[in-house]
Amino acid sequence: MKTQPESKVHERYLRHSKKFPNVWCAGCGIGIVLGAIIRAIDSLSLDKNDVAMISGIGCTGRMPVYVDFNTMHTTHGRAIAFATGLKLARPTMKVIVVMGDGDALAIGGNHFIHAARRNIGLTAIVVNNLTYGMTGGQYSPTTPLGARASTAPYGHIEPSFRIAELAVTAGAPFVARSTVYHVAELQKYIAQAISTQGFSVVEATSYCHTTLGRINRWGRAPDMMRRLKENSVTVQQAEKMSEEEKKAKIIRGILSDRKDIPEYTELYREQIIRQAKGEKA
Amino acid sequence: MNRVLMQGDEACAEGAIAAGCNFFAGYPITPATEIAEVMAHRLPQQDGVFIQMEDEIASMAAVIGAAVGGARAMTATSGPGFSLMQENIGYAAMAEIPCVIANVQRLGPSTGRPTSPAQGDVMQARWGTHGDHPIIVLCPSSVRESFDLTVKAFEFSERYRTPVILLLDEIIGHMREGVELPADKTTLNVKREQTLVPPEWYKPFENLATDVPPLIPFGEGYRYHITGLHHDERGYPTDKVDEVEAWTARVYSKIKQALSEVLLYEENGIKQADTLVVAYGISARSARHAVEMARNRGRRVGFLKLQTLWPFPEEVIEQAAERIHRIIVPEMNLGQLALEVERVAGRRKVRRVNRADGEVIKPEQILSAIEGMR
Ligand SMILES: Cc1ncc(C[n+]2csc(CCOP(=O)(O)OP(=O)(O)O)c2C)c(N)n1
Ligand code: SF4
Repeated sequence: MKTQPESKVHERYLRHSKKFPNVWCAGCGIGIVLGAIIRAIDSLSLDKNDVAMISGIGCTGRMPVYVDFNTMHTTHGRAIAFATGLKLARPTMKVIVVMGDGDALAIGGNHFIHAARRNIGLTAIVVNNLTYGMTGGQYSPTTPLGARASTAPYGHIEPSFRIAELAVTAGAPFVARSTVYHVAELQKYIAQAISTQGFSVVEATSYCHTTLGRINRWGRAPDMMRRLKENSVTVQQAEKMSEEEKKAKIIRGILSDRKDIPEYTELYREQIIRQAKGEKA
Repeated sequence: MNRVLMQGDEACAEGAIAAGCNFFAGYPITPATEIAEVMAHRLPQQDGVFIQMEDEIASMAAVIGAAVGGARAMTATSGPGFSLMQENIGYAAMAEIPCVIANVQRLGPSTGRPTSPAQGDVMQARWGTHGDHPIIVLCPSSVRESFDLTVKAFEFSERYRTPVILLLDEIIGHMREGVELPADKTTLNVKREQTLVPPEWYKPFENLATDVPPLIPFGEGYRYHITGLHHDERGYPTDKVDEVEAWTARVYSKIKQALSEVLLYEENGIKQADTLVVAYGISARSARHAVEMARNRGRRVGFLKLQTLWPFPEEVIEQAAERIHRIIVPEMNLGQLALEVERVAGRRKVRRVNRADGEVIKPEQILSAIEGMR
């Protein structure tokens, strides 16, 4: 990894033509994830022209506009489907998809699991803030049981998706989870994900102190950070815990790292196009 | 020229390939499935990509993503899928992404009757998305036209940076006709405009005099932003009234400036006529027949077949209708394009002939409308 001061690294990737400041609330974790992505890309020495960042709609969806890559802010839930088309048209491009938990798993849940099953070479980074931030703290597929949300004034009664585990089950070859507190670890996983040939997923556990946090009186951004620190354990630590104990924890680490599943665009080229051309000749 | 027997759906797929289409994403649905099947077979032979997505929302999204990557991209569907695509068609309109959407119309709302023809999506093709934007909609009335108008659809989509919708119907899609396709298809291959400016000067949504700034594919050194939010010339979100207004004015203007290219129609016998039949798609076939029968009985009937439905050819209708006493508009819906004809020519002149039960309008039905008018 390079040792340049952090601010210098960011400067080379932020869009100077874009009018700052950004849209996020002070103290939000989304900027931390963006910083980790930038440093991960820098550590891989990728050419900016070969990187695309695609998002859906939400606070997380506003990420791409600030960075100097090929960037596209699409429709709510559909970023992976847009990215699938782009990847098929430009197989050598590194296509990074950034989504909120609602974007990726509620409205976009179907695209998420199908991209994993298909194993198309995209990197999906899900900022899991346990709620719909942009629309003001409604419950999402990852809102904790019992928590209050603006649309769950009596407490939430639906169990959550475990995003990383879902991705593993759906077939994604590289899956990792970290938090915005554990930034160095997060950055490392993102770099590994981008280096993966197939569909890679990084769940970045975050928080939304201004909506869900406020409604539940969970405190301010630093309090939320502390919760991420205290509430998380590594995969190795989790192995020694009972199912009951694990339930309340954020499990950090690499959940899958497989090399045995062929990537979709490569398979397409090697099998479909080859056969089609043979058939014609 | 080589003569072959083929379906309208197949002709649509072949037209797409002739136009240089190299990306198709879709989801099976009657009566459009054959387009996907032909594409699955044909595209990989030309290094193109076919993918069956998990639904039509994803299909439309993938088409846009591929187009942004530089592909010539299309999808094909029918009513239920067309409804699902609307949000992303609006995205393509907002971000000015060239792409082609074939909707092989079937009967009814909801699942309706999948194997019956209809022309019930004429208004949806124009107004199915939310918000104001122009769109181009073409409608073939034969197998050969399915080929030709698909080529045109790609040409228009690339030249004017807009989604273009093809409205086929179950009969045109499934019917087989002998057609002669151009043997040398290389001339049909549509090219995308390039830019002459270096990356740092490039504005993907620039207010140019021609109104159509070129779209440089991702990955070619021009790094920029695309969004479905209202945006400025560089593509960055804006809430400034003058920038929002400038975008809207430009996208309408680019289509308006192109009307002489974009408005496709065939007319005959209008000069001497006192009665005019305006028809499109499958109904135009019955209408032509009815016009001939009426002429054989000594009536002065003009015929106008619209191939471009949207933008609506207001001036064409206006001019044609000037000296005409009555206009007959047969369509397989309960009166959609007739609303536009009435708007331009006046309600009293127009007589609608409608059918929305899955049966084609018979020439006799149109003939009796021609004869029945006072
Ligand atoms: C089709 C559609 N439905 C609803 C919305 C409204 N909407 C905007 S953002 C959002 C949810 C955002 O939550 P999430 O995806 O978790 O991202 P976050 O804002 O928390 O980063 C919703 C429902 C929309 N833009 N489009
Ligand atoms: S609303 Fe929540 S998620 Fe959105 S920027 Fe503010 S803190 Fe972050």
